[in-house]
Amino acid sequence: MSRVVELSDLHFTWPRSTQPVLSLDALQVNRQEHLFIKGPSGSGKSTLLGLLAGILIPQHGRLSVLGRRLETLGGSARDRFRADHIGYIFQLFNLIPYLSVVENIILPCHFSPARANRIRHQGTTAHQEALRLLAHLKLTDPALLCKPVNELSVGQQQRVAAARALIGAPELVIGDEPTSSLDSEHRTVFIELLFDECARTGATLIFVSHEVSLAALFGKTLNLPEINRAETLAAEQ
Amino acid sequence: MKTILMLAMKSLRNRFIMVTLTVLSISLSLTLLLGVERFRTESHHSFTNTIAGVDLLVGARSGPIQLLLYAVFHIGHATNNLSWQSYEEIKALPEVQWTIPISLGDSHRGYRVVGTTPAFFDHFTYGARQPLSIERGDPFDDLYDAVIGAETARRLGYEVGDTLVIAHGAGEVSFIEHGDKPFTVAGILAPTGTPVDRAVYVSLEAIEAIHIDWRGGAPLPGVSISADQARRLDLTPRVITAFMVKLKSPIATFTVQRFINQYPAEPLTAILPGVALQQLWELIGVAEKALFAVSIFVVVVGLSGMLTALLTSLNERRREMAILRSVGARPIHIFGLMIGEAVLVTSMGIALGVALLYLMFIIAQPLLLSRLGLYLGISMVSPFEWLLIGLVWLAGLLVGIIPAWRIYRLALMDGLSVRT
Ligand SMILES: Nc1ncnc2c1ncn2[C@@H]1O[C@H](COP(=O)(O)OP(=O)(O)OP(=O)(O)O)[C@@H](O)[C@H]1O
Ligand SMILES: [Mg+2]
Repeated sequence: MSRVVELSDLHFTWPRSTQPVLSLDALQVNRQEHLFIKGPSGSGKSTLLGLLAGILIPQHGRLSVLGRRLETLGGSARDRFRADHIGYIFQLFNLIPYLSVVENIILPCHFSPARANRIRHQGTTAHQEALRLLAHLKLTDPALLCKPVNELSVGQQQRVAAARALIGAPELVIGDEPTSSLDSEHRTVFIELLFDECARTGATLIFVSHEVSLAALFGKTLNLPEINRAETLAAEQ
Repeated sequence: MKTILMLAMKSLRNRFIMVTLTVLSISLSLTLLLGVERFRTESHHSFTNTIAGVDLLVGARSGPIQLLLYAVFHIGHATNNLSWQSYEEIKALPEVQWTIPISLGDSHRGYRVVGTTPAFFDHFTYGARQPLSIERGDPFDDLYDAVIGAETARRLGYEVGDTLVIAHGAGEVSFIEHGDKPFTVAGILAPTGTPVDRAVYVSLEAIEAIHIDWRGGAPLPGVSISADQARRLDLTPRVITAFMVKLKSPIATFTVQRFINQYPAEPLTAILPGVALQQLWELIGVAEKALFAVSIFVVVVGLSGMLTALLTSLNERRREMAILRSVGARPIHIFGLMIGEAVLVTSMGIALGVALLYLMFIIAQPLLLSRLGLYLGISMVSPFEWLLIGLVWLAGLLVGIIPAWRIYRLALMDGLSVRT
């Protein structure tokens, strides 16, 4: 299976809305690819990620992620699929305030036996794996791990969020503008750490940002409005 | 499931102050609710326990509840006495099995002095028809012997052989004492959990003796009859306050009652203690119901406090729900998390409330016993109390459903992108 994402003739309209936000003829993402998606605000980037994560379902078209036809799966199967195979990083406020750093990282393992198992097969525990990921992401200060998560700097928070997305080696890592709140120096460091970890587990990375300058770091760039026919369809009507 | 519970607990711990206040308000409201209910049942129980195995209670003409209260529970005072003659005549009726006369009006350091006859120790029963038993010493034998209740002995530190002086009147502090005729503690009764524990029992003759040089509630000026002189006088009582009657057959109860109520020589009242108690319950039932209703409202207020706290936190928690969704939590998990928090808070409130209830009763029990002569037992949680607790728990669950449903809807709408 070399195609991680494969969609064709996909239409998505938000409830209580008459116009589709997304109308994509085709999109493929290959295994281990680093895909950069850009587009102006409101162009449907987050919506597309919601579809890939199995949170949203298209009204029309095929949507296959990791060989699974998401549009045919029921709600609980999609939730299970997301828990098992997808790591997700938000732009900001990625962490649950009442959990510790490590608890935040191992949270997906509670919802996905598959991720927990993958860690066990490596002969380690979720806790150790969390610490290892933190070390890779250059968060080793023990004092840091004891802090309430909302006392971490934004850069630290985003790295913890990355560790949570990566734990248990999900095949697809999705970032929805995860670097937008970081300064340019931290931004590059963060992305490189993300690349390293994805390479290690063989994960595919889909990364959304409107920071066009970052595109150079990625193997492939997609300008969403170029393939999204929703606007033109609306204009035609 | 385990994860959701863990999350609920950590989330509550994170909002420690809000949670503590909510738990406290639920627990206090529950303590009030259960306390009111328990006070009702225990006081009924206590009153019912106090008089058992007596068919009729007879006193001078008065209201049945008043008679019951002063003669049995030592609450309030008799307005009139009845003559010894009437007593003797009624006692001699063929239907009567035994009688216990009582004479009230004196006290010892706040404890009632009851003049009676040895029949009291032979026939009086309380609770489930248990007879009285003398723990130490003997019933009164000498004219100036006294038998004291367990609580009286314990509180005043009396032992058999100690002497005590009876004061005139029933007040806490009495200035006129029968100091010339001291009594000796002959016996101490075993505890009964009834007003018996808080009394001092002497013979009717002794009551007569201490008042022999008194007229109309005051010592006769210039007259002084010593304790020994009094022994040689005729000490047949002239009046008593009330008496209890046990009939040979309960079938005769109403006949005898009618006879006494229409007694020609003086106006008397005979009551069935059970019926009078029932009237008493009806009388205070209104107040009890009102109090119960108030405490239910207090519980409602406590729970709406929780609802407010949960609802106000909803918006700031949408983000948290999106994060949970992103790691694979199902919408039902979000729902469960919210419900779980409400249920945890309610459960903690209930646990604390029940603990407070017992603490309150442990503290109040001796106070009520010494102040009101009301013995409140500390018993296990009754089925009705379990029902109340269950209803509060269920109400907590229902209260949890409202924010849970809202956040469930929001989580479905938000997906991974929270827009506010
Ligand atoms: N939960 C929602 N309900 C209804 N409409 C929505 C919802 N989320 C997004 N939309 C609409 O879908 C369109 C695309 O939004 P989306 O968030 O996908 O854009 P975006 O490219 O991620 O923008 P940004 O760069 O600002 O994050 C917008 O017009 C928006 O109003
Ligand atoms: Mg977006």
